Amino acid sequence: MAEAHPVGFQWVVEAQNRGAKVIHVDPRFTRTSAVADKHVPIRVGSDIAFLGGIISYVLENGLDFRDYVVNYTNAATIVSDRFEDTDDLDGLFSGFDPDKRTYDPTSWQYDVEDEPGQQSAAQADDSEETQEQRDSAAGMQHEAHGMQVEGKPRRDETLQHPRCVYQVLRRHFARYTPEVVEQTCGVSQADFLEVCRAWTENSGRERTTALVYSVGWTQHSVGVQYIRTGAILQLLLGNMGRPGGGIMALRGHASIQGSTDIPTLFNILPGYLPMPNPDQHATLGDYVDSIRNPGSKGFWSKADAYTVSLLKAYWGEAATPDNDFCFDYLPKITGDHGTYRTVLDMIDGKVSGYFLLGQNPAVGSAHGRAQRLGMANLDWLVVRDLFEIESASFWKDAPEVATGEIVPEECATEVFLFPAASYAEKEGTFTQTQRMLQWREKAVDPPGDCRSELWFFYHLGRMVRERLADSTDDRDRPLLDLAWDYPVHDEGALGSEGAQAWGEPSAEAVLKEINGYDVATGRPLSSFVEMKADGSTAGGCWIYTGVFADGVNQANRRKSRHDQSFVAPEWGWAWPMNRRILYNRASADPDGKPWSERKAYVWWDEEQQQWVGDDVPDFEKTKPPSYRAPEGSDGIEAIEGIDPFIMQGDGKGALYVPQGLIDGPMPTHYEPVESPFRNPLYGQQANPTRMDYRRDDNPMNPAPPEEHSDVFPFVFTTSRLTEHHTAGGMSRYLEHLAELQPEMFVEVSPTLARERGLEHMGWCHVVTARSAVEGRVLVTERLRPLRVEGRTVHQVWMPYHWGGGGLVTGDSANDLFGITLDPNVLIQESKVGTCDVRPGRRPTGPALRELVADYGRRAGIGDQLPARIVTASADAQARSLAAAETSDDDQEGQ
Amino acid sequence: MGPNSLFGPLDPASDAGYTDAPKRKGFFTDTSVCIGCKACEVACKEWNDVPENAFEMLGTSYDNSHSLNANQWRHVAFIEKPAAKPSAPSVDLGMPAVGAPVSDVPQDEKPDFQWLMSSDVCKHCTHAACLDVCPTGSLFRSEFGTVVVQDDICNGCGYCVAACPYGVIDRRRGPEGDPKVGIAQKCTLCYDRLTDGQRPACAAACPTESIQYGDVDELRERATARVELLHERGVMDARLYGNDPDDGVGGTGAMFLLLDEPEVYGLPPDPVVTTKDLPRMFTRAGMAGTALLIGAALSFVRRRP
Repeated sequence: MAEAHPVGFQWVVEAQNRGAKVIHVDPRFTRTSAVADKHVPIRVGSDIAFLGGIISYVLENGLDFRDYVVNYTNAATIVSDRFEDTDDLDGLFSGFDPDKRTYDPTSWQYDVEDEPGQQSAAQADDSEETQEQRDSAAGMQHEAHGMQVEGKPRRDETLQHPRCVYQVLRRHFARYTPEVVEQTCGVSQADFLEVCRAWTENSGRERTTALVYSVGWTQHSVGVQYIRTGAILQLLLGNMGRPGGGIMALRGHASIQGSTDIPTLFNILPGYLPMPNPDQHATLGDYVDSIRNPGSKGFWSKADAYTVSLLKAYWGEAATPDNDFCFDYLPKITGDHGTYRTVLDMIDGKVSGYFLLGQNPAVGSAHGRAQRLGMANLDWLVVRDLFEIESASFWKDAPEVATGEIVPEECATEVFLFPAASYAEKEGTFTQTQRMLQWREKAVDPPGDCRSELWFFYHLGRMVRERLADSTDDRDRPLLDLAWDYPVHDEGALGSEGAQAWGEPSAEAVLKEINGYDVATGRPLSSFVEMKADGSTAGGCWIYTGVFADGVNQANRRKSRHDQSFVAPEWGWAWPMNRRILYNRASADPDGKPWSERKAYVWWDEEQQQWVGDDVPDFEKTKPPSYRAPEGSDGIEAIEGIDPFIMQGDGKGALYVPQGLIDGPMPTHYEPVESPFRNPLYGQQANPTRMDYRRDDNPMNPAPPEEHSDVFPFVFTTSRLTEHHTAGGMSRYLEHLAELQPEMFVEVSPTLARERGLEHMGWCHVVTARSAVEGRVLVTERLRPLRVEGRTVHQVWMPYHWGGGGLVTGDSANDLFGITLDPNVLIQESKVGTCDVRPGRRPTGPALRELVADYGRRAGIGDQLPARIVTASADAQARSLAAAETSDDDQEGQ
Repeated sequence: MGPNSLFGPLDPASDAGYTDAPKRKGFFTDTSVCIGCKACEVACKEWNDVPENAFEMLGTSYDNSHSLNANQWRHVAFIEKPAAKPSAPSVDLGMPAVGAPVSDVPQDEKPDFQWLMSSDVCKHCTHAACLDVCPTGSLFRSEFGTVVVQDDICNGCGYCVAACPYGVIDRRRGPEGDPKVGIAQKCTLCYDRLTDGQRPACAAACPTESIQYGDVDELRERATARVELLHERGVMDARLYGNDPDDGVGGTGAMFLLLDEPEVYGLPPDPVVTTKDLPRMFTRAGMAGTALLIGAALSFVRRRP
C-alpha cells in the first residue's frame, strides 16, 4: 500500500501511531513492510490456502462472532443434500461437466423449507448457461445483484445441522491446517498463528479489523475467489458493515471505481445493470424480470424503474412506453467481447478499429506482444493520451519491429493520436474506492489542442449525427434519436471555423443527467426511490441519484473533517444515498442496539421509531428490527428487520454462494496456471473453469502434472514502484519522475544470484514461453527463498513500467505473461507465472524469437497434446458429472 | 559580533542583526515513519524549478538521486540493513549494505531485516560555515534563521562547497543551458513560501508527516517526545540528530530522528563548523605576527653593542 498508494498510507501510519498493529502479507519486502509491525512473506498465488487456514483456525476454535454470524450471514441455511465438496471429488465440486469445463450449480442450492430435500430452482442454471455466463463475465453482473433466492430456505440456527452452511464451511476448510499452510504458502506456522491471533483478537463487539488489498490481488485465475475468501473471514469475524472493518480494494487509478459504476466494460450498463443479450432479453419486460427475479427479496425489485430511467436519459423524448423506451436500441452481447478476446480477434483480422483512452496496452496489458501484433492488424486506431505512448508508436518502434514481425512500411493500421487534457486541465468527478465522488475544478486550460475526453466524445457524437442526419436507414435510428445536447462553455475556444460549436461541454450538466430528474419539471431527483418505470423520470445511473439532490453539486462539498462528525458526511458524496459504509445495519445487534459503545455507528431509536446514527442508515428508515416478512412476500417487503445485506436475495451475508459464481460455491486452493508445484490438496491442479485461450501465439509454460515444468523453475511476479504510474505514460515522460527509477530492473535474492551467476547491477534476462525481457540485476534480501512442499522456491520480482518511449526506456515485464483469465469476471492472471532467469542481456532481433522458441521446444510446448486443464481423477470427474445429471433428472421428473 | 557567534548555542536571526525576527523555523524529519515515496524530492524540484540530476540507476537500493547536491535539495536514502548475525551480535558495524549482501543466517532466525529510509536536506546550521566564508554576500541568514543563496549575487567561487561540514551545498554542473550552471545551490527552506505564510513544499507533500515543519524550539520538544515514545515501544535504536545546541554547529535548523548511527544514513557523526576555529586562528596568527615583529625588533636591539 505504501508502494502504490503512499497518500492513502498516511492513515495507516496514523492508525499505527494510535496503537494499531499493521501486518503485511506480501511475497516480497516492500516499502509497506518497512514500516509494518510484521511482514509475512508468502508464495505468490497461494493466498486462498493462507486465508483458508485462518478461516479454519476461526471455525475450529469457535472464534467466530456467533451472534453476528447466526443472524446476519447464511451460516444457518441448509444446503441441498446433493452438494458434494472438493474433498470428495479430488478438487471438483459437484456438477462439473468436463467437456464444457463448467458447473451445473443445481446441486449447490439451498434446501427450501416448504418441501424439504428440494432445491431452490431460482436461476439453477445448467452448464450450458454457465458457459454463456463465463463468456459474458456474468460474475461482474452479479457484483451488485447478489444471489437470487426463491422461497424460504431451511435454517438451523443452532448451526449443528450437518448440512448447514456453517458445518459445510467447517468441513471444507478443515484441511487447511497450519501445517498445510506452511507447506503450501511457505509461511512458518509461528508467523501464520501470529496473524491468526492478531486478526481474531482484534475482531468482535469491541474491535474491528480491516482487510486492505490492491487490485493486483484480483489478477489471478482464481481472482474472485481470493476476494471471496477474505469476505468469508470478515463475515465470520463480524467485520462487515461496521466502522473500522470491511474489505478495501485500493484501485489502480483515480476513478477506477467510477469506471465500473458507469462502466467502460463490455458486459454491464450504468449502475450494474447487465448488458442485455438477444436470447434471454427479447423485450424490456424479459430483461427487467431477469434482474429483479420476481419472488426474490431485495432492492433489485425496482430494476424496471432504474432501466426505464436510463433509457430515458439515453433517448429522451424518443423513448416511450409504446416502443419499450427504445430498449431495442441497446446493443446486445452475444458472448465474450472482453479485452483479451478482442485482442486475439484483432490478430485474427476480425476487428477493424480500436479506441484507446488513457490506456497503454502495449506496455500495461498481459502478453504485450499479442497486444502489439493485434494493434498492428487494424484499419484504424485512435489513441488519446498525454504523450506519444508505445500504443501509438508501436508500428515504428515495437520490439516486434526488431524481430521483423511488424514492418513499418507494411503496417496498415492508421493511428490517430489526439492530445488529451490531464486531470488538472478539465472539470469532473473522481469516484474513489469508498464509492465517494469528489468534484474537481479545472485548474488551468489545457495547452494547445489538448482536450478532455468529454469534449472528444461529445463532438464526435455530434459530428457523426450531423453526417447521418439525412439517413433513412433504421440502423442509424439509435444514434439519431439520442438525447445529445449538452451546454458547452468557453465557446469558440478552438479556432475560428464553427467556433460556436467547439466548446467544452459542461461536466456539471452531465452529472445532473446522471443524477436523474423529473422529465416534466426538470427537478433533480434526490433519491433513486423517486425513479419511475413509466417514463416520467430520467437518470443516467440509478446508484448515483442524489449526487445532485436539491439542485446542488453534492460532490463538490468540502467541509473539513474537523468541523463535522468522524464520518465526515459533508465531504463529497458517496453512493448510494451518501452512505459511507454499506450494509451498516450490521453495526447494530439484532435488537438494533450498537454491538458496543466503542463501535456504535447506526442503531434503532425506540422513541423516534427509526434508524439513526452517524451515517445514513443502509436500511429502510422506519423498519424496526423486530419486523418479520409476511408469508409470501417478496422484494423490499421480504427484507426482515435482521437482514442487513439488503441487496442479497436472502438478506444475509454469503459465506457460501449457491449461485452466481462460475468456479464453485466456496473458494478452494488451486495452483496458479503456471506453477512449479503440484497442488498439494487435490488431483485438480488449477482452476478447472478458467477462461483459456490456448493457441500458438498464447502458449503457457507447462505445470505439473505435465512434464518439463523444470524448464521454467522460478516463480515471478510484478507490481508497481511508487515512482512510476502503471504503464508509464504519466511518469516516464517527465524528468522529475523518470529520474527516480530510470531503468528496468529485476529483483532476486542473494541465493538465486549465486545459483545463476547474476551480478548486482549487471544484466540479466527473464524468459517465459511468450518472450524474454532484460533488466539490471538488483540483488536484495528483500526477496527471500521460501520452503514449499519440501523444496526451495525462488521468487523473482519486476516492476512493469517501462517500454520503448519516454525519457527512460526498458523492456516491459508484461510481455512475459500469457493470457489466462478468471472465469467470473475475465480478469487476467498477470501476477504470477513461471520463468527462467539467465545472466547477461537478451538476444535482439530474430534471435530473440529463436531463444523463446528453443525454450518452448525444451518445455514440450506445441509438440504434444494440449496440456490438460481438468486433472482431477477420472472417477471424481464422473461422480461430479453424475451429481448434475441426477438433479436434472429429478427436476424433469417433477 | 558577540564573543560566541562562531560557535555554541544562540539564536541565529537576532545574532545576524534582525530585530523582531519571527521564531526560528526548521524541519524535523522523523525517519521512523518515512515510506521512501520521494514526494519530497519531486515537490522540492517542482516548486523550486530544480532540474533533473541524473537518469542513472545506482543500485543503492531504491536511491537513484545519489546525494544532496545543486540539483537535489532533498535526498531520500534507502538502506537495506541485513539482520544481525545471532552468533556475533556485538560486531555489527551498522554499515549500509550496497550491492549483494550475502547472509548465511537461516531464514527463520532473521526476522529483523530492516529497510531504512530517510529524507536528507540542508541542515540550516546555527553556525553556517557556508555563509561565514561567502565572499560576495550571496549567502545570507534570513529572518527565519535559515540560510539562503541569492543566485544573482553568487559568483561561483565555491568556497562554501568546501566549507559545509555535511557536503550539502554544491555548484550546479548541468544540464547544459541551465541559467544557474556554476552557481551554488541548495535548499532555501522554501524562503519564498515562508514569506507567504506557507509550509515548505517538501513538508506539504509528505504523506506520512515524516517531514514536519515549524518553530525549531517546538520541533525540538516534539522530537524529544517522539524518541521517548519509541523507546517506550521498544525501539531502542531511535535517536535524534542535530537537535543539540551544544554540538559542533550549534544545533541545526533541520533535525532528524534516526533508527541507527548517523553514518549508516551517510551523515557525519560529529560535524563541526569549519569556521569554529577562526577566532583562535586569528588570535594565533596575530600572536605569531606579533612574536615575529618582536623578534625582528629584538634582532635590531641585539645588534647594539
